[in-house]
Amino acid sequence: MAKAHVYGDNIDTDRIIPGKYTKTLDLSTLAAHVMEDLDPEFSSRFMNGDLIAAGDNFGCGSSREQAPLALKSAGVSLVIARFFARIFFRNAINIGLPVLEVPHHNIQMGDEIYFDLSEGKVMNHTRQEVYQATPLPPVMLNIMQEGGLVPYLKKHKDFVI
Amino acid sequence: MRPQTIAEKILSQHSGQILYAGELCVVPVDGAMATDTTAPLAIQAFREMGGERLANPDRFHLIIDHAAPAPNERIANLHRLMRRFAEETGCHFYDIGSGICHQVMVDHHRVKPGEVFMGADSHTPTYGALNALACGVGSTDLAAVMLTGKIWLKVPSSIRVNLHGHRLKEGVSAKDIVLEVVRQLTISGATYQSVEYHGELLHHLSLSDRMVLCNMVAEMGAKTGIVSPEGLTLPYNFEPVFADKEATYSRTLDIDASSLLPRIAIPHSPDDVHDVSTYAGTPVTYGFIGTCTNGRLNDLQAAAAILKNKKIPPGVRLVIAPASRQVLLEALKDGTIETLIQAGASIINSGCGPCVGTHDGVPGDGEVVISAANRNFRGRMGNPRSEIYLASPATVAASVLHGKITLPTQSE
Repeated sequence: MAKAHVYGDNIDTDRIIPGKYTKTLDLSTLAAHVMEDLDPEFSSRFMNGDLIAAGDNFGCGSSREQAPLALKSAGVSLVIARFFARIFFRNAINIGLPVLEVPHHNIQMGDEIYFDLSEGKVMNHTRQEVYQATPLPPVMLNIMQEGGLVPYLKKHKDFVI
Repeated sequence: MRPQTIAEKILSQHSGQILYAGELCVVPVDGAMATDTTAPLAIQAFREMGGERLANPDRFHLIIDHAAPAPNERIANLHRLMRRFAEETGCHFYDIGSGICHQVMVDHHRVKPGEVFMGADSHTPTYGALNALACGVGSTDLAAVMLTGKIWLKVPSSIRVNLHGHRLKEGVSAKDIVLEVVRQLTISGATYQSVEYHGELLHHLSLSDRMVLCNMVAEMGAKTGIVSPEGLTLPYNFEPVFADKEATYSRTLDIDASSLLPRIAIPHSPDDVHDVSTYAGTPVTYGFIGTCTNGRLNDLQAAAAILKNKKIPPGVRLVIAPASRQVLLEALKDGTIETLIQAGASIINSGCGPCVGTHDGVPGDGEVVISAANRNFRGRMGNPRSEIYLASPATVAASVLHGKITLPTQSE
């Protein structure tokens, strides 16, 4: 069971990880500053394995892969959004951060959530509701199931669609 | 065969099969690039994938532009890593001072009409100005392109934007048009889609203007933006790609460009767009002209025309980052740079400058910035306690001259 941290629409990558911290290969630096301009309490409230539930267009803005990397490094187990900005969505799956596009959900701050990635099911234990995610295109599902694009290409050597 | 949009045509030509919106494809990539924000992670992922040789070293470009020259030792070491990788793999390399990745790619003819280009920077769709299909991707997607020379894509549906009219009002530029398109489509209104520009105004738009229109499709969430090739002139021969007459669009916008007034995006979202006159008089202390949106020669000239023989008042500053070395040299030659410096502007290195909040002019607490860039998200320029307004270079120049938001036509 994961606790939900809820944010609104159009959470941009500058707020997920400010540009001034992105120029690094040190993932712990990214995790230390994740979401700090949006929610200064984030790092103190967020427990390893918790999830983020957002509204429309999560991750809009820059192509920085440091945004999903920062969330993954901070221990985010899943990001749910009504829909995602396209580069963020690809990046998240490519680096092995689970993401689900759930067009209709009513998740509130602190709700207890179960989820099944392969079925695309999200169960809100607090509210006794079940939400269905939009299915991924097969190539993305395969990349996610392999744990990201690096393991996928190591195994398949090429794209299979 | 059903009629096709420009994006459908370019992807069909590359995949060798007839494709329409919604279909998945794997296509060869004609050119790819990464910057100092995205290249280090891409190089790391490329190595982890087992990569030793680039699929197409002559079509791969590394550019140091986001924090150039390096502001600290951490970034200096990332730059070293890029230089070493370029030496080892034989790819093209552009060191500090070359300019902003997108301007460098266009200046050096690294992308051409009808091509598919993948850039590890969200403003890569800028090359749609050249009638190419260009998308922004993250570092790991780019690593896969480096390794395989290919990318998988979903063929985007297209939004048609018809720009009507034959001339713009005085003080109005391509930036004002694109801000209006962002307002109408909103920050997520073109998600996963291609924004295709048409209309009689295209015959009157320069390559620089076309780059502005495509650059800010990133602020609409689009996968790519492509300008129909009417009126496009280039210093080499090319095969233009036109949309078929009856192609299917998810949505059509008709904009009367000839009646448009100068536009401004207010904090903290690029789609919160209004007439400049609505915010005229708002005090500003900091102006910035540059970036892949508005750092080209005509942009600097527009600012110089307003600032000629004038002095920016005390308490107000103007930072200018020419988009590339070529732009800087041209602006030196024709006296534009001298005019700007005489007016009190600070010229900084060709590159992204303060747009990405890393260095070169971070605003202070409570400061109000007027910028010719493309994003005004909170904290974008490095300080979440500052505010950023987005406008054309002419509006920025007029506003710093008066220390308050000012219409370019009302500046004297």
